[in-house]
Amino acid sequence: MVFEGLADKLQQTFKKLRGRGKLSEADVNDAMREVRMALLEADVNFKVVKDFVAKVKERAVGHDVLESLTPAQQVIKIVNDELTNLMGGTQSRIAISPKPPTVVMLVGLQGAGKTTTAGKLALLLKKQNKRPLLVAADVYRPAAIKQLEVLGEKLEIPVFTLGDKEKPVVIAKKAVEHAQAYANDIVLIDTAGRLHINAELMDELKAVKQTVRPHEILLVVDAMTGQDAVTVAESFNNDLGLDGVILTKLDGDARGGAALSVKAVTGCPIKFAGMGEKLEALEPFHPDRMASRILGMGDVLSLIEKAEQAIDIDKAQALEKKLRKEEFTLDDFLDQLQQVRKLGSIDQILGMIPGMGGLTKKLQGAEFDEKQLKQVEAIIRSMTKKERRDPNIINGSRRKRIAAGSGTRVQDVNRLLKQFADARKMMKQFQQHQKSGRKGGFKLPFMR
Amino acid sequence: MGFFDRLKEGLTKTRKGFTEKIEQLVSGYATIDDEFLDDLEAVLIAADVGVKTVAALIADIKAGVKAKQINSPDDLVPFLKTRIAAILAAGEGAPRQAETGPTVIMVVGVNGVGKTTTIAKLGHYYREQGRRVLLAAGDTFRAAASEQLEIWGGRIGAEVIRHKEGSDPAAVAFDAVQAAKARNADLLIVDTAGRLHTKSNLMEELKKVHRVIARELPGAPHEVLLVLDATTGQNALSQARLFKEAVEISGLVLTKLDGTAKGGVIVAVKSELGVPVKWIGVGEKMEDLRPFVASDFASALFGDR
Ligand SMILES: Nc1nc2c(ncn2[C@@H]2O[C@H](COP(=O)(O)OP(=O)(O)OP(=O)(O)O)[C@@H](O)[C@H]2O)c(=O)[nH]1
Ligand SMILES: Nc1nc2c(ncn2[C@@H]2O[C@H](COP(=O)(O)OP(=O)(O)OP(=O)(O)O)[C@@H](O)[C@H]2O)c(=O)[nH]1
Ligand SMILES: [Mg+2]
Ligand SMILES: [Mg+2]
Repeated sequence: MVFEGLADKLQQTFKKLRGRGKLSEADVNDAMREVRMALLEADVNFKVVKDFVAKVKERAVGHDVLESLTPAQQVIKIVNDELTNLMGGTQSRIAISPKPPTVVMLVGLQGAGKTTTAGKLALLLKKQNKRPLLVAADVYRPAAIKQLEVLGEKLEIPVFTLGDKEKPVVIAKKAVEHAQAYANDIVLIDTAGRLHINAELMDELKAVKQTVRPHEILLVVDAMTGQDAVTVAESFNNDLGLDGVILTKLDGDARGGAALSVKAVTGCPIKFAGMGEKLEALEPFHPDRMASRILGMGDVLSLIEKAEQAIDIDKAQALEKKLRKEEFTLDDFLDQLQQVRKLGSIDQILGMIPGMGGLTKKLQGAEFDEKQLKQVEAIIRSMTKKERRDPNIINGSRRKRIAAGSGTRVQDVNRLLKQFADARKMMKQFQQHQKSGRKGGFKLPFMR
Repeated sequence: MGFFDRLKEGLTKTRKGFTEKIEQLVSGYATIDDEFLDDLEAVLIAADVGVKTVAALIADIKAGVKAKQINSPDDLVPFLKTRIAAILAAGEGAPRQAETGPTVIMVVGVNGVGKTTTIAKLGHYYREQGRRVLLAAGDTFRAAASEQLEIWGGRIGAEVIRHKEGSDPAAVAFDAVQAAKARNADLLIVDTAGRLHTKSNLMEELKKVHRVIARELPGAPHEVLLVLDATTGQNALSQARLFKEAVEISGLVLTKLDGTAKGGVIVAVKSELGVPVKWIGVGEKMEDLRPFVASDFASALFGDR
């Protein structure tokens, strides 16, 4: 993984926060620096980033740390929620005109994926029992018409062309007439790629718009686009009035910050995502997935959600108190383990974290593997209540009994008791570190 | 004011020429302070230079101030231009050529960046010098890709070796090398299908094409050019890394510089991978190819075109 996870970095940033009441402005500023970096690395336009970060900051300042034992994850959640909101809901459909044909025009920079997307949309609509007509209005690029014809042939969808000698306006107009005559209820116009600063070619599109009055003008945007996405989207929107955006080439590893940039400047819904070169590879756009992708966090967010559901906040707070009073018992230890277990198997949890995130390292450091977890659980369950509260009373014969009861060996029981004693010692040290303001290295998951 | 309104207002401001902005900066600030550096950072980030590279450049500036190479804000932009140009110029050199027999250039890159058009431009450039050029239609996947190359071949006066859609691109490469040898071509340029660098099966296919060319003509391919679209942001780094890993690219071509995107990410690509930029594309016509000039590129990062 090229990018170190934002989750990791925020974890680092918030390490020093433990034990404090609320996130101060300075704490949040530190966190926002990381958020800013992550967004810029994902190619979100810097201006969009600036405003976005300001907005998130407002929400994060004063956020209660105690309420959430994991401020880093809370901030990620706020960032993620805001990103998702900003990218809007899922609106993956073409608005069908009550009076057919519905006219859709695809526009965009050179090589963005307009022609391929026209084919993909035609297929999608055909599957919905529509009768689309593809229109070859790119009269400039060598073999552009042929490209669309080949796609049409594969899909068994008619392609309207007048060759490359007619003007696009004429082609579009005749195509709509053709659709009316042949009962094609959707007209998909493929236009030539053009630069937003090419006035002549932008005028050509305006003329097509004037003539055929498309119901939808969709901007096709390459997901790999950088900072310039805002300039491009804004120009196309100003000149043509866009109705939606289609993001292509999302099947690669681009973080796709352009999605946010484009949405931010046009306000148009992102309708579909191109996920490959094949004609079936068009998917509804999912703002939430896009948000995690931009943040470079894989499925960490679904992990956070799971954690939120699984971990009982009250219990966690009670634990926090016990920790402070150094009353952490084997019961609590077991409880912690069970809460972690509720998230799924350790393997599963690790699998959700891209690029060896902080949590992965922590768990590995603690050497928790699935089998060991089960064993630990069995051992603690074989202890009496009294033993769990005060492990000091567990002498040799008790150890034998526990081992027999849990189907383990005495060494295993010894090891657990030692680990627990170490953990307790660590906590004690940790508490002292906290008091003296130094950083602690405490290792239980989900307690930061 | 709503989010979008604020943004719109901000964008109008940013769109004002950067040259103008830098002039304002230079006259408006007495010393190079953090605010100045923040604004400069914005200029570079807007050009897709990328946060990490920008941070490195800002560190260079701070060192330059300490070393008294920069004494006033006026010195700053020239300092940076020199610095960026130096990064980009290292390892520049004339295109590699075969000592005898045909020179083979293989052109690779992700989808839609301008590979086929660049081949037409390169072919045209060499045809103008009176060379015999052969083109290989190695994109057997995309609809009408061969037809596209054939039309270009006709326009520039180069023969095109093609198979039918869906055939093995390595077989096209094989035939093309044989034809280049038999027909005494000076130059063979091999087109390849656009592919995302993350798709390992397609990268394997590319390696195979490369292997076949190397096997059929020792020393070939003499150049493997990776085409990058100037509109692309930080993903270009990932593209360059993985294509280099697969087929040992020897140079970059930066296309679509006639738009408003500046292609600043190549500064990072160059400093990380050391692969020099050889050509730039500045339009859709066959004449729209220029040799890359590091200092011009560096200046353009700061100015409006
Ligand atoms: N991997 C991937 N490739 C895509 C996707 N959409 C389009 N492509 C590829 O991108 C390249 C350009 O696609 P086109 O449809 O020709 O793009 P265009 O916008 O019509 O190009 P111009 O007409 O030249 O402006 C082709 O190689 C397509 O196969 C996608 O979602 N994923
Ligand atoms: N403005 C501009 N457009 C360019 C430039 N180079 C290529 N294009 C356009 O970009 C689009 C894609 O170019 P192609 O040469 O087909 O790209 P490709 O990389 O071969 O695409 P695939 O084979 O589909 O992956 C076409 O519309 C070209 O005319 C350039 O330098 N400037
Ligand atoms: Mg097209
Ligand atoms: Mg091509």
